[in-house]
Amino acid sequence: MTNSPLTPGVVPGRLPAQAYHDNFTDHEPPLDGHEARVAADRCYFCHDAPCMTACPTSIDIPLFIRQIATGTPEAAAKTIFAQNILGGMCARVCPTETLCEEVCVREVAEGKPVEIGRLQRFATDTLMAKGVHPFTRAKATGKTVAVVGAGPAGLSAAHRLAMKGHDVVVFDARPKAGGLNEFGLAAYKTTGGFAQREVDWLLQIGGIRIETGRALGRDLSLAELQKQYDAVFLSIGLAGVNALRAPGEEMAHVRPAVDFIAELRQSADLSSLPVGRDVVVIGGGMTAVDAAVQSRLLGAETVTIVYRRGQEKMAASGYEQDHATSAGVRIVTHAAPVAVLASGEVEFAYTADTPDGLKQTGETFRLKADQVLKAIGQTLTGVPEGLALTSGKIAVDAAGRTSLKGVWAGGDCAAGGEDLTVTAVAQGRDAAEDIHAALVGA
Amino acid sequence: MANLTSNFIGIKSPNPFWLASAPPTDKKYNVERAFEAGWGGVVWKTLGSEGPPVVNVSGPRYGAIWGADRRLLGLNNIELITDRPLEVNLQEIKEVKRKWRDRALIISLMVPCDEDSWKDILNRIEDTEADGVELNFGCPHGMAERGMGSAVGQVPEYIEMVTRWVKKHSRMPCIVKLTPNITDVRKPAEAAKRGGADAVSLINTINSITSVNLDDFSPEPMIDGKGTHGGYCGPAVKPIALNMVAEIARSAETRGLPISGIGGVTTWRDAAEFMALGAGNVQVCTAAMTYGFKVVQEMISGLSEYMDSKGMTSTADLVGRAVPNVTDWQFLNLNYVTKAQIDPDACIKCGRCYAACEDTSHQAIAMSPDRVFSVKDDECVACNLCVNVCPVDNCITMRTLPKGAVDERTGRKVGDYANWTTHPNNPSVKAAE
Ligand SMILES: Cc1cc2nc3c(=O)[nH]c(=O)nc-3n(C[C@H](O)[C@H](O)[C@H](O)COP(=O)(O)OP(=O)(O)OC[C@H]3O[C@@H](n4cnc5c(N)ncnc54)[C@H](O)[C@@H]3O)c2cc1C
Ligand SMILES: Cc1cc2nc3c(=O)[nH]c(=O)nc-3n(C[C@H](O)[C@H](O)[C@H](O)COP(=O)(O)O)c2cc1C
Ligand code: SF4
Repeated sequence: MTNSPLTPGVVPGRLPAQAYHDNFTDHEPPLDGHEARVAADRCYFCHDAPCMTACPTSIDIPLFIRQIATGTPEAAAKTIFAQNILGGMCARVCPTETLCEEVCVREVAEGKPVEIGRLQRFATDTLMAKGVHPFTRAKATGKTVAVVGAGPAGLSAAHRLAMKGHDVVVFDARPKAGGLNEFGLAAYKTTGGFAQREVDWLLQIGGIRIETGRALGRDLSLAELQKQYDAVFLSIGLAGVNALRAPGEEMAHVRPAVDFIAELRQSADLSSLPVGRDVVVIGGGMTAVDAAVQSRLLGAETVTIVYRRGQEKMAASGYEQDHATSAGVRIVTHAAPVAVLASGEVEFAYTADTPDGLKQTGETFRLKADQVLKAIGQTLTGVPEGLALTSGKIAVDAAGRTSLKGVWAGGDCAAGGEDLTVTAVAQGRDAAEDIHAALVGA
Repeated sequence: MANLTSNFIGIKSPNPFWLASAPPTDKKYNVERAFEAGWGGVVWKTLGSEGPPVVNVSGPRYGAIWGADRRLLGLNNIELITDRPLEVNLQEIKEVKRKWRDRALIISLMVPCDEDSWKDILNRIEDTEADGVELNFGCPHGMAERGMGSAVGQVPEYIEMVTRWVKKHSRMPCIVKLTPNITDVRKPAEAAKRGGADAVSLINTINSITSVNLDDFSPEPMIDGKGTHGGYCGPAVKPIALNMVAEIARSAETRGLPISGIGGVTTWRDAAEFMALGAGNVQVCTAAMTYGFKVVQEMISGLSEYMDSKGMTSTADLVGRAVPNVTDWQFLNLNYVTKAQIDPDACIKCGRCYAACEDTSHQAIAMSPDRVFSVKDDECVACNLCVNVCPVDNCITMRTLPKGAVDERTGRKVGDYANWTTHPNNPSVKAAE
């Protein structure tokens, strides 16, 4: 190893080999049996439990925790999967601190919620480790459904549809299924190839064919899909990224954070992955935090997140912000990029909230940056013609129906709900139920 | 998945979990919600004779004891039988049974101890289409003062007499519910059997005072400065109930008499234990009163997962499995030797085992300066106290010494089965010689 965190430029191998392994292991290690028992025992089995309401997929949390507490984690897993077939991934990546655990009555009472996410992982890991798939398909209906996009929304819809007896083909532009489960989420949240294992496990239901490398708009058209299938579900996520609209953005060391993360997730050898000595991440959401933290874990000497508004407005939760700062990331707020400079710096202007919106104060500062990662939001691209949009996303009703008959949509590409894995799962599932009702005339 | 359907004395239900006669089964509203949640059957809250219904206190009627974290362990009550008009109950029972054909619906009864009263009430319930009756000979407070409930249940001759009347005036299956407030539960069970009962159910609640108010100097729950003994139930009574069920299941006189197990059933495991000791099904009250009707879902999933893991396909495979292994102390193998062993990897170094053994047992646990705990085989009598006080599951376990191994405590080799009846220290062995 010749490089170190101090080596200038964007270079690989800044750390000793062992450090990559240590840095990218499970961020939250799994509970063992004893820990799970103790954690489960803290649940009060609340009636009409707030956690259950807070979960976008409405998992019966008190019930599954009681099933763990009484020594039947596989029954607990079935309770979870019945509502959320990607309960294993959600257990790892859900921002529980803003969902179920935030409203846990023990969080309210003691500031220490029941560890719902980790208990969910304990249960789902237990069942999945046995290779058991707990569901079987209903009698074949003879109906076919095309799903476009094999992310959590598409997979969840496909599973529910297959379970109801329909035949499903899932098309995805990328070479692998999983969507952001495979290409997006932070590596230390979903270690050991879990995303692909989960896809394989989910497909055990049968009746689902996945076709990768098939892009809507390039290889497929919506009109053809509508002709060939009884229904279409669109779950194409947000494939575009917002621009900084600052001069210098086109320079080679400036790139979308999601691309950096996708490359990292696909890398077989993290020591071969180049990272800057001084990394600047622009944005305030989960993507910004994940890009910044992982830059540090790859050996960047300094990493700074710069966000244009105040800390309280950041989309990343307080828990995630703490995670970033404890990983050595500095968070600068109230500053917007003015220009990426050829000197290897970025110039920022301080901002202030005014009655007329966010204004630059005129005062500027510069940060050293041999790598700049843009994380200021993803956008919907490649929407087929004829679909009504609302605030930049596909307009849908509560059941996921779009403006076109026979076409449903869900997940990040559809309007409504937060852009989270669990929300995508819920929307995929609910659209599948509605598609089923429409196809069998229930 | 294991088949949980249950056939108890000809009464079918989709699972062996019934709600016991108590507030959860007091009215149509409750019972329907219980059925929606998945309960296999209910025993309707005890009905009394026609006429003005009984009256309950209008102050607190429950007292409780709690474990850590205010987990409810024992509940006591001074509630009487139903305080709603008989007509209303009968009408609702009929409506519920019509709507929920696949669920078991049993009517609990308690009327004065004369044949006409029983004949009359049995006629009144005839056309409800209920699946059976349960005779409440158990209620230990209030009604007992009026010569009913446990006042009947404590006199085997009365039990036999009333059961006979019921079998004479009704074709319905008849379950006799027993009170634990007696010295030998086999006597009332035998009386029920002689009277023609199809089954017994037990236990009803145990006479108790849960706590005393130390400012007002009255038992709790306190009604205007006074309290009375109530009926105790919940997890705390399970061991008492299990023993009583086992005694009836293994007694020569009552063997084979169907049993509905009641008392502290809170999880699937409790239910499985009652069934292994001979209960054909279980009834639940306090767990539902503590956690709501949804608890049955964990009982259902847990019992089926357990049965699957044991390769049991029907509840009949489980019922009574442990009965042959319930024996008298005198038949226990005195040559069976075990030693505690502590798994150092699982140990969290709390030291509870050390304190327990050192202070109150046999000084058989050693503690090193860096808090490593180990068992001294030459002192350990295998009492199990360390296992019981350890907060970690399976951290301390019992290791069975193989035959021929030397017990370091006694210096003797582990020999063949031998019990007290032949032991040299037993005076009656010598006397017989
Ligand atoms: C870096 C990052 C970190 C995140 N971390 C978290 C987290 O910790 N917790 C959390 O809950 N959420 C997190 N999210 C959000 C979460 O990943 C998304 O909300 C979720 O993946 C949305 O699911 P989806 O199925 O709608 O879309 P995606 O997961 O984006 O899947 C869309 C799929 O559609 C395919 N596709 C796109 N266009 C086409 C086309 N034209 N033709 C065919 N296929 C196409 C894509 O290849 C992709 O496979 C994160 C997001 C990012 C970017
Ligand atoms: C408030 C209350 C009222 C009860 N009323 C009756 C009753 O009317 N008839 C009856 O047979 N048993 C009655 N019981 C006893 C229960 O049916 C049951 O036998 C007892 O509570 C033990 O079961 P558990 O530990 O599951 O609660 C009552 C119990 C409680 C807590
Ligand atoms: S549970 Fe509470 S609110 Fe309900 S009747 Fe009893 S005392 Fe009143």
